[in-house]
Amino acid sequence: MEQFEPGSLSPPQLAAIRRSLASGRGALTRRSLLRAGGIGALTVGGLYGLTGCGIPPAKREGDATTASDDHSASEKEIDFSNWTEYMDTSDDEKSRPTLEAFTKRTGIQVKYTEDINDNVEFFGKIRPQLAAGQDTGRDLIVVTDWLAARIIRLGWAQKLDPANLPHAYANLIPQFRNPDWDPGRAHSYPWTGIDTVIAYNAKATGGKKVDSVTQLLDDPTLKGRVGFLTEMRDTVGMTLLDQGKDPANFTTADFDGAIGRLQKGVDTKQIRRFTGNDYTADLDKGDLAACLAWAGDVVQLQAGNPDIKYAIPAAGYLISSDNLLVPAHAQHKTNAEKLIDYYYEPAVAAQLAAFISYVCPVDGVKEDLAKIDPALADNVLIVPDKEMAAKSHAFRSLTSEEETAYEEKFTKLIGA
Amino acid sequence: MTAVAAPPEAAAPTEPPVHKPSVRKRLVPYWLLLPGILWLLVFFVLPMVYQASTSVQTGSLEEGFKVTWHFQTYWDALTEYVPQFLRSLLYAGTATVLCLLLGYPLAYLIAFKAGRWRNLLLVLVIAPFFTSFLIRTLAWKTILADGGPVVAVLGKVGFLDVTSWLGVTEGDRVLATPLAVVCGLTYNFLPFMILPLYTSLERIDTRLHEAAGDLYARPATVFRKVTFPLSMPGVVSGTLLTFIPASGDYVNAELLGSADTRMIGNVIQSQYLRILDYPTAAALSFILMAIVLIMVTIYIRRAGTEDLV
Repeated sequence: MEQFEPGSLSPPQLAAIRRSLASGRGALTRRSLLRAGGIGALTVGGLYGLTGCGIPPAKREGDATTASDDHSASEKEIDFSNWTEYMDTSDDEKSRPTLEAFTKRTGIQVKYTEDINDNVEFFGKIRPQLAAGQDTGRDLIVVTDWLAARIIRLGWAQKLDPANLPHAYANLIPQFRNPDWDPGRAHSYPWTGIDTVIAYNAKATGGKKVDSVTQLLDDPTLKGRVGFLTEMRDTVGMTLLDQGKDPANFTTADFDGAIGRLQKGVDTKQIRRFTGNDYTADLDKGDLAACLAWAGDVVQLQAGNPDIKYAIPAAGYLISSDNLLVPAHAQHKTNAEKLIDYYYEPAVAAQLAAFISYVCPVDGVKEDLAKIDPALADNVLIVPDKEMAAKSHAFRSLTSEEETAYEEKFTKLIGA
Repeated sequence: MTAVAAPPEAAAPTEPPVHKPSVRKRLVPYWLLLPGILWLLVFFVLPMVYQASTSVQTGSLEEGFKVTWHFQTYWDALTEYVPQFLRSLLYAGTATVLCLLLGYPLAYLIAFKAGRWRNLLLVLVIAPFFTSFLIRTLAWKTILADGGPVVAVLGKVGFLDVTSWLGVTEGDRVLATPLAVVCGLTYNFLPFMILPLYTSLERIDTRLHEAAGDLYARPATVFRKVTFPLSMPGVVSGTLLTFIPASGDYVNAELLGSADTRMIGNVIQSQYLRILDYPTAAALSFILMAIVLIMVTIYIRRAGTEDLV
């Protein structure tokens, strides 16, 4: 009758359960341990930790505190953080020609890291160090306008020395010269410009052209196959333009109007999703028939799929830029400035633009680009012509309160 | 796998010790646990204290955040995001039930009927973990693509008519609907259900089945009276391992869902990263933890495994 002994069913299990239930004195039970640990931690943590935490104010007195001891002269190196696929590579993808040429010329070693995937996440990553007044370990970062504006506003970017930036100063295209968040480009220089346009998959739309936000939001043949971007400024900015408002100069009422217009699109299920970079796969497959898109992506998608088309709305399009910044307390500011300036030499800029196919912010790049590939030099998505430049609009900078309030409304719209 | 070779000492502590062990001897287990305790202190207790503190702070990035014991944040966060909370619990609950329905027969098969295929099948259950969570979820976007074979078949057999009448799909597509999110959750957490179920079932002495048969129990009765009750520990741990992470998940809702399928995890993410409202994000995390903790406590009390073993 051995099998009816309960112990023979699962001795270790039974033992474990008995042990955890028995609160015998001296026996180490999970519960008593947790209790001891919990009480200890709570007393220590509760008294000291809870009030001790907190985030110090961002603003320090003046610009002086953001500067660091510049070790550029003694240490010939730079830590450069950039987005993925934002740098030219050789055919075997083992080397980066323009960066190597820079090292050869200046002797400065560049530690290039592709660790930026998303503005908000990257800000989440570097914020604690910047807030604590520490070096992030990065000498040069690339972030989009609004985040650059925020970092500058918080006093977390170092002022650049124009003496080290002769090419950059001379060659920056007029469109980007005077953003309202960084007048005269005192703290930042664009790495690339980004056009926000409308892209569509001609196969999925049945050959129909999609060329306005109104059409995206109202055309019944596109129902459930329209995408907008999770970047608030792109989505709301394009909608504002479509409503005849100027994204460079709008009121809260205008903003609310645009959100209301988009909300209708969500409610009627016209809009399928709000996406980050992942819209490219959906558009390529045709799950999204039409969407807001970044022009650089469109150029890259077109290379693999001839059905991908783009349209510049008659109402205009939104232009922004990804900007090079030297974060507060970075150790190699002068080296970083040299690198910024290097990428404003037209020949270097052409080499980069030919590879990454985003708007090139460098004036006079056209001839050098034509030497590499004439078709690229004529592509208005890379080298904007006068007509294209005239249609571009920038999204105005927001105050801290506006940013919070608008982001809150926008995240409600996109569902979270 | 190791259950058969249980060391005899394992049962020893069940007998109360006759004499009190020396102080040194009593301290040994604590010393052995020290690394683990330190680990928990640094990576569990400290972050919890920090988040608890954050949740009662007020301020902004410009002015900094200070502890002002502003408990109102909790109430505001809870009332503001009721739909997302309910949705998270609903999706996670549905996914857990689906996991149980799919996982139980599979675990049963592996434990009792697989014979020499047992190890291979177990490897297959774990195999998805060899690729990243994100890649697996993205793969579902391809599988469920509009006009893809899966959706075409589902549409042909009328399945999509039923689901879209129920409101869980949209017209002739599956992606960007609640169904896609629940499917993604089910798929991603299925192994967490199968493995504990399997370990539980595998320990059942098959002689008990024979005995039940000898007592004229029909197979269904054997399952109801013997197998299922004995597998309860597996059911409980499986459902917990599935439900708890699923209720806080945001990847599936982000990639497979749309604006009206966002879960509480998405809200916490956007509060933290987008709106930079750290107190609300922290408060939401604590509310979620509290809700899950309460539900789990009730569940364990009701399913109570103690008296079943």
